[in-house]
Amino acid sequence: MSLAQVLFYVMAFIVVGSALFVASTKNLVRSIFMFFITLFALAGLYVLALADFVAITQIVIYVGGILVLILFAFMLSGKETLNVLQQQKSKFISLNKLPAILLAVLFFMVMVNVITKIDAGNIGWIKQVISTNTDIKPNEEMINNIGINLMTRYLLPFEAISILLMMALVGAAHLSRKERGAV
Amino acid sequence: MITLTDFLIVSAALFCIGLYMIVSKHNAIQILIGIELMLNAAILNLVAFGKFDKINNGGQIFALFAIILAAATTAVALAIILNVYKKYRTIDPARINNLKD
Repeated sequence: MSLAQVLFYVMAFIVVGSALFVASTKNLVRSIFMFFITLFALAGLYVLALADFVAITQIVIYVGGILVLILFAFMLSGKETLNVLQQQKSKFISLNKLPAILLAVLFFMVMVNVITKIDAGNIGWIKQVISTNTDIKPNEEMINNIGINLMTRYLLPFEAISILLMMALVGAAHLSRKERGAV
Repeated sequence: MITLTDFLIVSAALFCIGLYMIVSKHNAIQILIGIELMLNAAILNLVAFGKFDKINNGGQIFALFAIILAAATTAVALAIILNVYKKYRTIDPARINNLKD
């Protein structure tokens, strides 16, 4: 068992464990801060999938941007949200959560079944890439290639997504403005 | 050697945890976190398959696009949550049952 494999299992365990904690805890603040851990461990998984630029982007945008936004929303929406949470019974599995748990577990079983059936390592194009030995190797640097591809092959999606991002931010600013003359 | 199946199973687990959060939580912020978990599962799949696309880097670039889309989604969703809180004094989606007059 190589070191990369050990690291992969450690990271995967942290990701799934902290995500389960996020899903199961009653304390909203704790769940948000455990979500930090999930995102960091996911960045580690991206590094193990040899996508270091995506991992850095994940840390910068998710941890630096999205989580701070979520914390802001949590703080601005007052302490009533906490009261709602504390009213719930503190049993680990309460009866009204049962359908959701059932749905998630059954869906997980279906997906695992599908994944083991298709046997992703043996799909045609992946086999071809492995046989011609052109998959990304750990000692190669892909960032230059990503930049060139982003500005040539994927230029249209890049521009479209930049316009979409601008529209979304203008919309968010418009939604959260104070109404003139209102309370 | 980390196989593709390992990545796919981790991402399936993340997706199902996100699904559970979306279905069962009584708090719009936690539902938003569930959506983020599902998006991250999708990004993990993109990145895992992107390892085999050296020339075009399709997987990694669309993973970047998905991260940007998640940022836009979160910004709009949080603006909506704040508005809903201003109007209803709660962010429990089950108790938001009126349209604007």
